[in-house]
Amino acid sequence: MSPQRRAYVLLAIIAAALIVLPFVSGSYVLSVATLILFFAFTGQAWNVMMGFAGQLSLGHSLYVGLGAYVAAGLFFHYGIGPWAGVWLAIAVCVAAGAAIGFLAFRFGISGVYFALLTIAFAEFTRIGFDHIDWLGGPAGLFIKVEQRDSWDLLNLRGTPVMFYFVMLALTAGAFAFCSWLLRSRAGYYWQAIRENEDAAQALGINTFRWKMLAVVISAAMTGVSGVFFAFYYNNLFPEQIFHISRSIEIILGPIIGGLGTLFGPILGAVVLTVLADGITELMALAGIEIPGVKQVFYGVCLLVVIMFLPHGIWPTIARRLGLKER
Amino acid sequence: MPIDLVANVVIAGLLTGLVYGLMALGLSVIFGVVRVVNFAHGEMMTIAMYASVVLFAALGLDPLLLVVPIAAAFFAFGYVLQAGLINPFITRPEHSQFLLLVAVAIIMVNTLLMVFGPDARNVQTDYQLESFAIGPILFDKVRVISAAMAVATSAALFAFFKLTLTGKAIRACADNHLGALVVGLNVKHLYALTFGVGAACVAVAGSMMVLLVDVTPVLGPYYTLLAFVIVIVGGLGSMPGALLGGVLIGVSEALAGLFIAPSAKSMFSFGLLILVLLFRPEGLLGKKS
Repeated sequence: MSPQRRAYVLLAIIAAALIVLPFVSGSYVLSVATLILFFAFTGQAWNVMMGFAGQLSLGHSLYVGLGAYVAAGLFFHYGIGPWAGVWLAIAVCVAAGAAIGFLAFRFGISGVYFALLTIAFAEFTRIGFDHIDWLGGPAGLFIKVEQRDSWDLLNLRGTPVMFYFVMLALTAGAFAFCSWLLRSRAGYYWQAIRENEDAAQALGINTFRWKMLAVVISAAMTGVSGVFFAFYYNNLFPEQIFHISRSIEIILGPIIGGLGTLFGPILGAVVLTVLADGITELMALAGIEIPGVKQVFYGVCLLVVIMFLPHGIWPTIARRLGLKER
Repeated sequence: MPIDLVANVVIAGLLTGLVYGLMALGLSVIFGVVRVVNFAHGEMMTIAMYASVVLFAALGLDPLLLVVPIAAAFFAFGYVLQAGLINPFITRPEHSQFLLLVAVAIIMVNTLLMVFGPDARNVQTDYQLESFAIGPILFDKVRVISAAMAVATSAALFAFFKLTLTGKAIRACADNHLGALVVGLNVKHLYALTFGVGAACVAVAGSMMVLLVDVTPVLGPYYTLLAFVIVIVGGLGSMPGALLGGVLIGVSEALAGLFIAPSAKSMFSFGLLILVLLFRPEGLLGKKS
């Protein structure tokens, strides 16, 4: 079989397994699976900017938070459902991403400086939201929780299974979209910029424009994940959603899985979430209740992966399976 | 608002800012030479603060005396960290280095959490509440001592880089990595030395800071961000810039806390950071690259 064929077979197997999963698993596994898909989707979004175009953002929590707050605010105050709210959320995230991208790229800010600028914007917004009383401020914004047996897809209120399928559809959509992006003109331009921006510019690529496109697409996708977050968890705190630790959480998956690859963000999300939950379970079994043990173990695992698998897990597995490394 | 209140707040901010500056100086030195952004910087600061708390409780020695052993231990720790962990990452891409240090930071914060728990700890000395007045302005004794210590340490660092042969060699590495290799400098050793020196700066800053504020594990990420803000405002890699940035942030935080709201004070710093990054990305005292 050609690598292409093998990839499709692999995808079909994964898709079938994911569709069957909610019918055979308990609620715990389902919640873990939803979380994995959430991180896979958000990681895929971040990967467009860093993995494809080489622009390191350490402030993606900004877009998660903006998307979440816009949709939740509309629902909370005006009863506008998420399917309408998501467009405004996307618009706000695109505007924020465009503003940051425009300012940064116009002034030739790149590398470490760009990364720190993204942190600065996210932190600035976090503290700013602490002072917006209309959205609850530091006390948080709560959407009414309704435990319904039916699927109210229109208002995104329903059973965990519904949320699982919504997230699965989003993740599948993002996968298809990114795989198309990577083979499009933009994808090739981005990779050229990522590898050598000066050379790309010398070839006549308008690097400013294409970098902007990467930021905007990534911000829009991340905003969508924020909308999901708001309706899944029903509560939002600036302290949590905009925090830098959330940004780091988002980017760990793609980096561990394999930067710039399509399967990487998904695999990374699986590995990290299962690892984190596995450690929690293990701790509970062993009866250890010291705060911090879990995170220390997590940090050590991270350290080991980054030291010994610099390109992530996916390229290694892909070689074994006879697939292309992307 | 009475003018002497404002003056008092400005002075307190300035003195704290010098300690911030010393902390950021460590980050700046490391970035300037090794070209690695130390994402575990604030975490190292909190470790130093806890070290001071523990040694003070165990030995009953004055925290000002404890600075010496803590700084020495941190120098060794920094040397080992760079030589063992970071040196192999020098040729790796930025995001790889970043992740390495994030992992180190996660381990540090949570180890502190495991050992000390989430409660705030502090050091209680008998001169902690003393102050003296010059005219209408009141000076906290510990703040003045801390600031003086920060200035002295910075001066020692400047002297080390300007006057000693090793300092010169480190500057050569920073200016031209390849050139330094060509003339036969042991770059890896010098990098490790630099990280050690940076860590020692943080150790001194942390030992002073614990006299001014209570320490909790979550302060680590906060100080990391604060150190970033300061060095970017002052100029990444510029030593006087770090001190200037520290003072600016210290004073602006104090003023924002007085005039706006204490919770908005870091928003002020990040706003300043954004402005500097946009209009003078090399920082106030940085060199254009």
